[in-house]
Amino acid sequence: MSFYLVQFLSGLATAATLFLVSSGLTIVFGVTRIVNFAHGSFYMLGAYLGWTLVERWGGTPLGFWGAVAAASLAVGLLGALMEVGLLRRLYRSPELFQLLATFGVVLVMQDAASWIWGSEDLLGRRAPGLRGSVDILDQPFPLYDLVLIGLGPLVLGLLWLLFNRTRWGTLVRAATQDRDMASALGVDPARLFTGVLFLGSALAGLGGALQVPREAVNLHMDMAIVVEAFVVVVVGGMGSLTGAFVASLLIGQLQAFGILVFPQITLVLVFLFMAVVLVIRPYGLLGRAEDAPPTAASPGPPLIAAAGMARWVPALLLALLAAVPLVAGDYALIVLTEVVILALLAASLHLLIGLGGLVSFGHAAYFGLGAYGAALLVKHLAAPMPLALAAAPLLAGLGALAAGWFCVRRSGLYFAMLTLAFAQIVWSVTFQWYGFTGGDNGILGVWPPDWAAGKAAYYWLTLALAGGALLLLRRAAFAPFGYTLRAGRDSALRAESVGINVRRHQWLSFALAGSAAGLAGGLYAFAKGSVFPTLMAVPVSVDALVMVLMGGIQTLSGPVVGAALFHLLETEAMSRTDWWRLVLGAVILVLVLAFPKGVAGFVRDLWTRGRES
Amino acid sequence: MTGRPLLSVRGLQAWYGRAHILTGVDLSVERGEVVALMGRNGAGKTTTMKAVMGLLDRHAGSVVFDGRDVSALPPHRIARLGLGYVPEDRRVFTDLTVEENLEVGRQPPRDGAPHWTPERLYALFPNLAEMRGRRGGRMSGGEQQMLTLARTLMGNPSLLLLDEPSEGLAPRIVQQMADALRALKAEGLSILVSEQNLAFAAAVADRASVIEKGQIRFEGPMRTLLEDEGVRRAYLAV
Repeated sequence: MSFYLVQFLSGLATAATLFLVSSGLTIVFGVTRIVNFAHGSFYMLGAYLGWTLVERWGGTPLGFWGAVAAASLAVGLLGALMEVGLLRRLYRSPELFQLLATFGVVLVMQDAASWIWGSEDLLGRRAPGLRGSVDILDQPFPLYDLVLIGLGPLVLGLLWLLFNRTRWGTLVRAATQDRDMASALGVDPARLFTGVLFLGSALAGLGGALQVPREAVNLHMDMAIVVEAFVVVVVGGMGSLTGAFVASLLIGQLQAFGILVFPQITLVLVFLFMAVVLVIRPYGLLGRAEDAPPTAASPGPPLIAAAGMARWVPALLLALLAAVPLVAGDYALIVLTEVVILALLAASLHLLIGLGGLVSFGHAAYFGLGAYGAALLVKHLAAPMPLALAAAPLLAGLGALAAGWFCVRRSGLYFAMLTLAFAQIVWSVTFQWYGFTGGDNGILGVWPPDWAAGKAAYYWLTLALAGGALLLLRRAAFAPFGYTLRAGRDSALRAESVGINVRRHQWLSFALAGSAAGLAGGLYAFAKGSVFPTLMAVPVSVDALVMVLMGGIQTLSGPVVGAALFHLLETEAMSRTDWWRLVLGAVILVLVLAFPKGVAGFVRDLWTRGRES
Repeated sequence: MTGRPLLSVRGLQAWYGRAHILTGVDLSVERGEVVALMGRNGAGKTTTMKAVMGLLDRHAGSVVFDGRDVSALPPHRIARLGLGYVPEDRRVFTDLTVEENLEVGRQPPRDGAPHWTPERLYALFPNLAEMRGRRGGRMSGGEQQMLTLARTLMGNPSLLLLDEPSEGLAPRIVQQMADALRALKAEGLSILVSEQNLAFAAAVADRASVIEKGQIRFEGPMRTLLEDEGVRRAYLAV
C-alpha cells in the first residue's frame, strides 16, 4: 500500500515539472499560434544555467532558489530575444516557416550548450535544506519532490491570476483571439507577444533549473521534454492551462505506474494514451474546436504545371544526373544516391503537406517500415533484392493505410500529433522487440546482389526507381486526385458540398505518401547495408519536414531542391566541423529570414517576374 | 467649413492580394461632423475603413488625421492618436466578459475628446450594464454591436469609424443605435459611418460621400443626396 502511495507521489512530482514546461508551451502556442520546437531547448538551457549558478551560489537555501530564479529569468529573456529577432519577422509567413525557424534555434542551441558545458552529463548539487527525505507510511520520499508537488498547483494559480485578474492578461487573451482587432483598439501585439515569449520561456527555464537536484543535465534533454510537453498540451487541449495541468497529472501517473504494469512497452504508453484520448476527444480533454489551429499549410498561389521551357527542366536534370557516374568518384555517388532517396522521401511528405495541407510529424515511420520490411525479408527469408524492394512500398503503404485511417479523422496540429504517436509506436515496437528486429543492434548485411553492388550500378537503380516514383507523384498532383486533395485543403467544407469525400482522399494520399516513403526506405536499406531503429525516430521525421520547408511547399520541385540542399549541407558540414548543427541551424535561420517562400518558391517568383516584365 | 478637417483622405488606393479595390478615394470629416459613407455591397466602404485604420497589407495615398500623416503607421499607433474603429463584423472577444472587452479598449483620457468610463457607457447602453460579467460569445447580435461600439469608445476617440452599424440588426435595435449615435454627436464626437440603409444615414449624418467601384462619385450635404434621385439610382439602388 505504502509503496503505491510513494509511487503516486513521485508521479505527482514528475507531473509538476511536466506542467511547468507544457504550460509555457501552451501559452506561447495559444497566443502566437507558433509550434515552438525551441521550447525544449529553453528547458535544457534552464537546466544548464541552473547547474552553473547552483554550483556557484547553491550553498544556502537563498542562494539555491536565487540561482533557480535567475536561470529562469535569463531563459525568459532569451525567449523574448527570439521573438524580437526572429519570430516577429515571420508572423506573416506561413505557419510552418515559424516551426522551421524554431527548429533552426534548436540546432544552434544544441551546439551552443555543447560548446559551453561540454557533452558530459553534469550532476548538480542537492537543494540545501531539502536533501533528506520524509517517511510516508514507512517509505522514504525525497523532501525536494514534495516541494515540487506543491509548486505545480501554485504556478497554475499564479498563472490563472495573471491571465484573469490583470490588464496584461486580459490584453493577451484578447490578442490571442483576434490580433488585428486588438491592435485596432490601440494594443501593440508585438510587445504583448514579446512578453508572452518571455513568460513561456521562463517557465521552461524554471522547469529545467528545478531538475538540477533530481537528474543529470545533458544534451538530450531538449527533444525528450519537448515531445512530452507537446503530448501534454495536445491531450489537455491546445491553449488550455487547466487542460495542461490535468494532462500533466494523468501522464505523470501513467509514467509512475505504467512502468510497473507494462514494463515491456513503457516507451509507447504515453503515445498510446494520447492516441486514445484524441480518438475519443478530438480537441483534447479541455480543448474546444475554436481553439484548434487551422490547417497549417497556407494555400499560396495555385500549383500550375510548368509550361514552355521549364517543362524540360526535370528531364534535363534526370539526364544530367544519369551521366554523373561517368565523371564522379565513389564517394560522390554514395552521397548522390542518398540525395535521390531523400528527395523521394521529401516529395512523398510534400504530397501530404503541400497538396493535402496535412502536416505529418511522423513520416519517418513509413521510411522505416520500408527499410525494415526489406531488411527483415532479407534476414529471415533470404529474399532477393528485387522482391525486398517490391515489398518495401507495399508494407509501408499498408502501415500508412492503417495509421492513416485514424489520423485523417483529425486536422491541423492534432493530425500531426497522431502521426507522431503512430511513428513512436512503430519505433518503440522495433526498438523493444529484440527477437525479431534485433532492437537497437539493427539488422546488418543487407547488401545488393553482385549486379547492383557497384556504386554506379546502385546509383542508376536508385535513380530509375526513385525517379519513376517522383514522376508518379507529380502525375498524381496534376490528376483529378491532386485537384481534389487541394480542394479539400483549401476548404474542406466547400469540397464536401460539391460531393467530394475529403477524408477518403486524404486517407488515400496518406497511404500513397507512405508507400513512396517506404520505397525510399527500401532503397536506403540496401544503400547502407543495414537498418537501425533511428531510421524511424523523431529526428528523421523532423529532417524530412525541414527538407520540404527549406525547398518551399508551394512548388513540386521544392522538396527535391530542399532534400538536396539539406543533405549536401549536412554531409559537408559534418565532414568539416564538429559544430555542424550550428552551421545547419544558422543556414536554416538565414534561409527562413531571406526566403520566406522557400528556395524553390523564390526561384519560381524570380522566373515569373522575369517573364512578366 | 472652418479650419482644417479632422480627417482628410486623398487618393487612397488599396489592394487585396492582386485585386485593386480602391482606385482613389478622397474624403474628409470636419470636427463635430457626422459623415455617411454610402455605397452598395462591394463598392469599397469596408476597405476604405480598414485602409484608413492601417489594417490592410497594401495601400497607398495619404491619410491625414488631426494634422498628422498616419498612412504608414501600424493600427495600434493610429488608434492611440484617437481614431476609433468599429468593424462591421463586430468581432467582440467572445472569451472575454463585457467588462473585460471594455478593458481591452481602454486608453488614457484625451484632450478635445469625450472621456468615457465603463459607468458612463453603461448609462448610454443600459443593456450592457445588466450583463457585465457575461462572456461576449453569449450575447445577441444587437448586444454585441453595442458592446463593440462601447469598447471602441473606451479609447476616448475624437473620430469614430463606424462600419455598417445597422447591418443585420432588428429595427428596434437600429433605432437604439441611431439614438446612441446622435447622443455621441451631441458629446462632440466626429463620426464617419458607412451605411447602405439610406433612412439610417439620413437620421444621423450631416454629409454624405457615395462610393462606387473604389472611387467617390458623389459628395455633398445629406439633404442634397436625399433630393437627388439620379445619384441615388446610379449608385445606391440595388
